Amino acid sequence: MNRFRVAVHIVPRRGLLDPQGKAVADALHTLGFGAVQSVHVGRHLVLELDAPDADGARSMTREMCERLLANPVTEDFHIAEVGAA
Amino acid sequence: MKFGIVTFPGSNCDYDAYRAVVDALGEEAVYLWHKDHDLHGSDVVILPGGFSYGDYLRAGAIAAHSPIMREVIQHAGRGGPVLGICNGFQIACEARLLPGALLRNASLKFVCAPITLRVENADTRFTSGYERGQLITLPVAHGDGRYSADGETLDRLEGEGQVVFRYAPDRLQAEESYNPNGSMRDIAGIVSREGNVLGMMPHPERAVDPVLGRPDGLALFESLLQHVAA
Repeated sequence: MNRFRVAVHIVPRRGLLDPQGKAVADALHTLGFGAVQSVHVGRHLVLELDAPDADGARSMTREMCERLLANPVTEDFHIAEVGAA
Repeated sequence: MKFGIVTFPGSNCDYDAYRAVVDALGEEAVYLWHKDHDLHGSDVVILPGGFSYGDYLRAGAIAAHSPIMREVIQHAGRGGPVLGICNGFQIACEARLLPGALLRNASLKFVCAPITLRVENADTRFTSGYERGQLITLPVAHGDGRYSADGETLDRLEGEGQVVFRYAPDRLQAEESYNPNGSMRDIAGIVSREGNVLGMMPHPERAVDPVLGRPDGLALFESLLQHVAA
């Protein structure tokens, strides 16, 4: 077994109303960042876990996302990083 | 008839539900602890309102995997009635007892107010005491009540009569502001395809005593009683 550090991004599914993202975008516009077209507010999770290899860590994380970490109805997840802890 | 009311860490309407069942309905109620695996012979399970597990991760997400939920899901699978109110609706969706999800209110504001609902289906075991099209008033108190699902699921819910309550304008509310959270198709409450699981954001258990305003929630509990007793 090896210890891995896995980073996961969870974001609201595109097309769904994201009032938090809109509020942040409005605030950025107020600050003069007119270039901002849209903002989506999600979650960033960092897990430390034991797995035989990086592929095992990745597949375990995918299952965790499907069962708990992300809501399949409203959110998309992306495993951003799998590295040695 | 026995009601089992689940207490999760952070539940805060379990006591209201208990009083509604015992005082207003005159039936038996027991609290069910989230770590237990025993429904103590309950005929109906209530998933009450509150902020289970601090709404960490997503509202209802962690509670949906509590130990007691295994038995609640089995109870629902046998056709046993489950009533999810507010946080309980969120938990029921996260446990996949009901389709869809409840997202942050479109206004980003916590809404605490009496609200007008239209009874869309009075043929369920939860709503037989109402009439179809009847306007009722119940309190809402939530920050994450925006019902969301994909278009196909919404069409199916409508087609199968699973939309039970909808936010509706009345003479006191402007046409554009009656929906308190931006719910898709103004959905306030839905039943499962089999009709034995009801999830709703408004609080019927807080509207059972005339002292506190119109007791429009009582008919929901009476409907259940009539159905289970029949």
